[in-house]
Amino acid sequence: MSRQALLCALGLAAAVIYPLVAPNYLINIGMMVFFVAFIGQSWNIAGGFAGQTSFGHVVFFGTGAYTSTILQVTYGWNPWLAWPAAMLAGGIVGWVIAFLSFRAGLRGSYFALITLAFAEVFRILANSVPFTRGGLGMLIKADQRPINFQFKEPIWIYYIALALCVISLLIAWQLTRNRFGARLVAIRENEDAARALGIDVFAEKVKVLTLSGAMCAAGGTFYAQKYLYIDPSIAFGVDKSVEMLLVSMVGGAGTIFGPLIGSVALTAINEITRWLASVVPALKNVQPLSLVVYGIMLVLIVARLPDGLMGLFRRKPRHA
Amino acid sequence: MLEVRELSKSFGGLKAVDQASLDVRQGEIVGLIGPNGAGKTTLFAAIAGFHAPDAGHVAFEGKDITGLAPHRICAAGMVRTFQITQPFAKISVRENIMVGAYFRTADRKLAEREAEAVAGIVGMAGQLDQMGADLTVAGRKRLELARALATGPRLLLLDEVMAGLNPTEITEIVQVIREIRNSGITILLIEHVMQAVTSLAERVYVLNQGRMIAEGTPAAIAENAQVVEAYLGHGAAKVLRA
Amino acid sequence: MLDPQIIFAGVLNGLLAGGIYVLVAVGLTLIYGVLHIINFAHGSLLMLAMYAVFFLWRLIGIDPYVALPVVIAGAFVFGFVLYRLVIGRFSHGRDENILLITLGLSIVIDNVALLFFGGDTQTIDVPYAGSFVELGAAFLPLPKLISFGASLLICAILGLYMAKSDTGKAIRAVAKERQGARLVGIDVDNIFAISYGIGIACLGAAACLLMPSYYVTPTSGHAFVLVAFTIVVLGGMGSFIGAAVGGFIIGITEALGGLFLGEQLGQIGISLIFILILLLKPTGLFGSKA
Repeated sequence: MSRQALLCALGLAAAVIYPLVAPNYLINIGMMVFFVAFIGQSWNIAGGFAGQTSFGHVVFFGTGAYTSTILQVTYGWNPWLAWPAAMLAGGIVGWVIAFLSFRAGLRGSYFALITLAFAEVFRILANSVPFTRGGLGMLIKADQRPINFQFKEPIWIYYIALALCVISLLIAWQLTRNRFGARLVAIRENEDAARALGIDVFAEKVKVLTLSGAMCAAGGTFYAQKYLYIDPSIAFGVDKSVEMLLVSMVGGAGTIFGPLIGSVALTAINEITRWLASVVPALKNVQPLSLVVYGIMLVLIVARLPDGLMGLFRRKPRHA
Repeated sequence: MLEVRELSKSFGGLKAVDQASLDVRQGEIVGLIGPNGAGKTTLFAAIAGFHAPDAGHVAFEGKDITGLAPHRICAAGMVRTFQITQPFAKISVRENIMVGAYFRTADRKLAEREAEAVAGIVGMAGQLDQMGADLTVAGRKRLELARALATGPRLLLLDEVMAGLNPTEITEIVQVIREIRNSGITILLIEHVMQAVTSLAERVYVLNQGRMIAEGTPAAIAENAQVVEAYLGHGAAKVLRA
Repeated sequence: MLDPQIIFAGVLNGLLAGGIYVLVAVGLTLIYGVLHIINFAHGSLLMLAMYAVFFLWRLIGIDPYVALPVVIAGAFVFGFVLYRLVIGRFSHGRDENILLITLGLSIVIDNVALLFFGGDTQTIDVPYAGSFVELGAAFLPLPKLISFGASLLICAILGLYMAKSDTGKAIRAVAKERQGARLVGIDVDNIFAISYGIGIACLGAAACLLMPSYYVTPTSGHAFVLVAFTIVVLGGMGSFIGAAVGGFIIGITEALGGLFLGEQLGQIGISLIFILILLLKPTGLFGSKA
């Protein structure tokens, strides 16, 4: 067993044991860490591995959240069944956006901005059409039974988040060792060279966005089931897009563990500012402070540490 | 093997390639020379599917491949390299070449073995773990060659693989190209370094201002001094003769 | 069908709003045209300038229109320094990296504003805020009329400056051919900083003109950023005329969208235009090359 594999096994064991010993408050934080790492990984697969930076990834998240919620609330589906349907919807939206954007030859910033605009269109639509109940949002009736994807004990939702996170790590790990992943990296590094080497760049990019969209949509359903409420600004707001991008960039875009590390780091910052606010009365409004730190980190990382925090880990053993 | 007939490509009124024709036969090394801005790279790009030609057609092994996307042309068995080298900077030489090797197999182990074999052919066996970004110019040129080779082409289009190299490096890469040909791969190369072309190519085409103006053995082209002088500029004939 | 008079009024109001959009978009397109960077912090910087105008009025009692020269100068200096200290150092490499850096900046600016100014909506209560001018069936708010005229005047002055002054010529030279400009001895980095400064100065002017009829919150930037991008993409990245024409088109689209589709759904027009332009004609109406 290699050292990395051992570390992963230990990490996983710790994550499994953690909720058995931690109080509910900390279980919830752990759940959020894994959940954000999961949707961050969905961004990372497209934005990090394939280099297709998106500013509007929330469009997939919201599609997933609304699809499963509408199926459940309006059509009486079981949420477990609505979950794959939500992923399908997210995949389709990913496919359509990718097909249109990449057919038009959009790259780099232009692609980033058009995803933002798509998310905005979805947000406005969700705000205006009757079947989403507009700005009122949608409530899922509380009925805390596992068959309803609702749990009395936070430990279960924690384990689901952990499972999602592990699956996303396995997907990313596969990408570092299969042909599809190698092609995505080639596309990120140099599209022309990738084309010359026989890669159907358009098809691969559409594929990765479809996969990413489906994953992110799964996160949307999870979120809706956890909070039993969604509205257009939660489901399609720019904040979630930025969060996914941030955790990946901070942790290390295009790396397996980047989104997880980023999610841990951002949660830590969030908790520290929360704690600061409790001791320093002048800082009673916490949320902005942690966001200020995130923003500064984003600037510094893009400018100085392109592999994010993972870059720090990786560099050390080489010099040791 | 490759038939290019009266290919034309313009960019906003400027005729970069004007009814250019050329033939490459199985097993040959053919050179394509011409002054800067003659349209050599554009011609390459049009042959390899990077630009859709405005007129004319390209046939490879008897099949019409005009205007096909690069990945389809690669699938047909023809692959190009770039004059301005385009390494995948953040991955290793091995992974760079594997991208090419993955064209023939989805299996990682096979692709890895293939990449290592190809690295041996181009003399990069010792650099497999270097990052693409850390290579010297000569290393990048070899990498271009290796990646293209790894896709398993029957015809290689090489765009100035010798430009920017010193004489020793040129001698080495000339050797590599010969070996590649001897292994059964046909080669069409754009070159600026005349000496290399004359020593490598069996036939040479001369492109000037988008038009094919001469074709023949390197010796014949060199003898055709007035034509060469007129189209390649003063002193060019002397360089060729040297 | 709506009463044509209401539509007429809607179009007029859209034109007035478009006047301000032009100013915001001209700054964005100038920065893109010269530096080739997409300034995602544009909306946030506008918000910051609006707070500056608000506090000048609240604390010292300076009328927004009187504050124009001060805020323009201040915004220029702020932009110049921001470029020198942050953006300029990183404004190379992949274009989406610069986009990410300006995104990071906008996150910082928005939340610093939230931290210090709080989340409340702030307005300026000037005596002429409620004045209207009657034009046919349309009642046009006086501050909007003033800002419309002033905005166009400022754009005209800027256009003249770009055409006639030495700095303006240098900026255009750099925009066209930065290597060539460097060769003939233009301090290109300085021109970059000046251009960024001018782009932000436009925001300063826009802030002064907006505040008498608008409000500011830390999220005000969001409302403008997609609008500004849409205008610039519609007009053609880097094109001044494009920004002007695009500004009016978007202003009218927004007004009519609100009229026909309602407050909520009406906003969709801008995003749709943005998407359609990028998909169908990424060079925009007046752009040369994307």
